[in-house]
Amino acid sequence: MRLTFLINRFDGGFLGLRRAAVCATLATVMLLEGCASTSISGRGVRNEIDPLETYNRTIFTFNDAADRIVLKPIATAYDRATPELFRVLIGNFFSNLNEINSGINSALQGKVKQAAGDGARLLINTTLGFGGLADVATELGLERSNEDFGQTLGFWGLPAGPYLVLPLLGPSSGRDLAGSFVGYSGYPLNYLRPKGHRFTLNMVSLVDNRANLLAASQLMDGAALDRYTFVRNAYFQRRLSLVYDGDPPFHAVPAEEKDDPVGQPKAIVPR
Amino acid sequence: MTIFMKKFFASLAVTVVAIGSSAAVAAQEGPEALIKRVSTEAMERIQKDPDLAAGDIKKINVMIDQVIMPHVNFQRMTSLAVGRSWRTATPEQQKQLLTEFRALLVRSYANAFAAAKDRTVRVKPVRMEAADTEVTVNSELVPKRGEPVTVGYRVEKTAEGWKAYDVNILGVWLVDNYRNQFTQEINARGLDGLIKSLSDKNKGL
Repeated sequence: MRLTFLINRFDGGFLGLRRAAVCATLATVMLLEGCASTSISGRGVRNEIDPLETYNRTIFTFNDAADRIVLKPIATAYDRATPELFRVLIGNFFSNLNEINSGINSALQGKVKQAAGDGARLLINTTLGFGGLADVATELGLERSNEDFGQTLGFWGLPAGPYLVLPLLGPSSGRDLAGSFVGYSGYPLNYLRPKGHRFTLNMVSLVDNRANLLAASQLMDGAALDRYTFVRNAYFQRRLSLVYDGDPPFHAVPAEEKDDPVGQPKAIVPR
Repeated sequence: MTIFMKKFFASLAVTVVAIGSSAAVAAQEGPEALIKRVSTEAMERIQKDPDLAAGDIKKINVMIDQVIMPHVNFQRMTSLAVGRSWRTATPEQQKQLLTEFRALLVRSYANAFAAAKDRTVRVKPVRMEAADTEVTVNSELVPKRGEPVTVGYRVEKTAEGWKAYDVNILGVWLVDNYRNQFTQEINARGLDGLIKSLSDKNKGL
């Protein structure tokens, strides 16, 4: 599973790679847009949420290989070499850096109390939590809100748009890609100088994240019939849930399933 | 999404366990109380038996039959995942689908049982009318430290009490996720192709 799931942590952009990758992807997407109608889903018709499936699958395979050859071995070594407490602290540190984006986007969605909570979390964890290493705020009952600009766009009604798999960065959507441009400027590490330090920290974050996912990726390998489809569906479902803060409405049943005798599955229509 | 996947799988086992519980359910027990009782009981079983936490498939299967299955409409779960092809499937095909899907879920998530340790269940109040026969129950698995994992269940009222037929971890519904993959497989290789894929997967091919 790979880099794919790391994307949220990096919605603010990492490695500076994000911006480059994003540009490259946009260019590719535009190029492919012309022939998008040739994209065929398993159903033999164009898949509305994934018009670029052919391109996406190629990148997915590439990301998978990069993960298998480079990232996963490093993350495995890191996981064996460090105690759990150390990894908890590192994880807290990087998630504290996302608090700014989260607060701004809470405010942009009119969630005033939540925005205040994010601000308080940032303040408390940066000071009492030793620069974000300890998540004191959660102990105090201030829960992490985890907002980003992609969610803000969704909150105000922008549809998710097409599914995109970004080189090295994993799953995204038209909307979330747009959101990540804005998130880039709200992620503190992007202002860190010299750039060497930024690179180092981003690498630590990347490896730490991947290490957290070792067990999960192994499980997914066992659980998924087709990992590409598995990840795509999980991505859209998860993002939809986040847009609605965990409580998305039931959606209308797509026409093709209305004659389903056994029930009314709630189809996922990316908002 | 980062922490999400980790939690997703870590919790799935817990969740699957949490659906069921020991027999003799009072039919009038509401969905909220059911989820609460069953989750807690399942969690205790895992915490008491190191073999379950270690992923012992035989023991896990026994536990699932005793504790979980009485409170799951697994046929509905499977038929929803298979989608409209379920109706055209022969009884033999349906039987195979039920067997293989169950085996896939158990085998895949057995390893995650260790994650059930040290978690407690918090069930949120259910908004429902007295006449409702289908509701969603939301809950949280709360670790000693760190963020809780949200787990949701779709439950339906049956003659034998409320039964779950779908589950979600952190917003991802299991049936919906599998229906995507199953549909793809059925379109490419037909129903028997899907059964073969599942069975190959379960044999570790």
